Amino acid sequence: MTTKDKYKKVAYYPGCALEGSGHSYNRSTKAVGKALGLDLVEVKNWNCCGAMEVKNIDPKIQTYLSSRVMSTAANEMDMDVVMAPCNGCYHNLKKAEYDLANDTESAEVVDRLSKKAGHKTYESGQVETIHALDWIKEAIGEDGLAERVKNSLSGIKVANYYGCMYTRPRHIFPEKDQGPGSESTSKPHFMDDLLAAAGAENVDFPLKTACCGGAHTLSDSDMSTKLVLNILKAAKLSGADVIATECPTCHSGLEMHQIRAEKTLGETVDIKILYFTQLLGMALGLKAKKVGVHENINDSIKFLKERGLG
Amino acid sequence: MRTLAELEAVFDSPPPTTDITAAAEDLLRASEEVIEHWVTARGEVPTEDQREGFRLLALHRQGAKGDPSFNACRETCREVVYHYNLVTMEPEHSDITDRLYMMGLVSKHLYLFISGKLQVAGLGEFCCSSKPIRSASESQQP
Repeated sequence: MTTKDKYKKVAYYPGCALEGSGHSYNRSTKAVGKALGLDLVEVKNWNCCGAMEVKNIDPKIQTYLSSRVMSTAANEMDMDVVMAPCNGCYHNLKKAEYDLANDTESAEVVDRLSKKAGHKTYESGQVETIHALDWIKEAIGEDGLAERVKNSLSGIKVANYYGCMYTRPRHIFPEKDQGPGSESTSKPHFMDDLLAAAGAENVDFPLKTACCGGAHTLSDSDMSTKLVLNILKAAKLSGADVIATECPTCHSGLEMHQIRAEKTLGETVDIKILYFTQLLGMALGLKAKKVGVHENINDSIKFLKERGLG
Repeated sequence: MRTLAELEAVFDSPPPTTDITAAAEDLLRASEEVIEHWVTARGEVPTEDQREGFRLLALHRQGAKGDPSFNACRETCREVVYHYNLVTMEPEHSDITDRLYMMGLVSKHLYLFISGKLQVAGLGEFCCSSKPIRSASESQQP
């Protein structure tokens, strides 16, 4: 079976953020999948991936939590591929996969906890974890996407912001940096490729993988605001109208600290923030509401209407 | 080595319209000093070596040794270098002011990222600030 065919039906792991602050990402991912004829089967009774909180208390518990999601997909749903649109979930599942393949102590802990919880232990390699970008890029591709575009994103200048967890650390993403066609960890381009296929003009954005301050947002909000403000300014200076995101933590951080920068630092940067799935969905002819634009904090409805989108 | 507050002032100052090359040199030097702070805080002597022709890249490599989360600023360092080259190799370019301004923003991002990490020294496994909190509570346990 080709990768293209394999990715047409995947286990969908939305993760906690997509049920809360990142709900519009959840909505738009599902809507885009449906519009493209791709099948998402939500992982049954999924749990937290371990996020940053658990991982920093006990990394092996995080490995177990992520492994349970993969075990459910593999052993209870007979799925080969798990698609996680959240960078944090995607990162953690990949990290768990790496740990289980390379660290016997982690494998022992996961086995013990899985038995205690009463489910089959996940064995490394049972599923392949992918991001929403891999999913659309491989299952549909740029040509397939371009053929389906009903409302081109032409005239919209986009700064693609990938955040820090999509490509780091490199060793947990063995499929990346494998030459032409593969994703790059230093200069990721899958989002650029997909949005370009939908007609958008990507700008050269030097902070595409820089830290958004997500981890500092509660412990040091001022630092997060300064980091976000810098990203917004750099995107604006690059000539972008829109920052496209693919991580719910980055997205909500950009939105919230855009407002906070205005209130606490008196700095306003007029730039729109949209999930890449929202932009793709509207390019495919979906209404703005269908892809959850109304659920974003950053108001881009007027901007989109002026460009004949949504 | 200038203090972090002095370095922040460099990154916050508006880009000059004259002597652009000197301004780019100063931003590059200030970026090096930011990493010097990190390296020094870890009890090491900042390297004078260069990597790919730049001390900044050698300093980043030194700062990341044993701390993979520091690689979150690897591309930012490379972008500082890229923008330095853009500015200094074509000082007469029509976009030179914007190019220098962008170099300032990228350098400032490096400063913000590293000064944040310095504040939460102890650091999480991957860019998370919760480890110092955990360490503090563990040290209080009998």
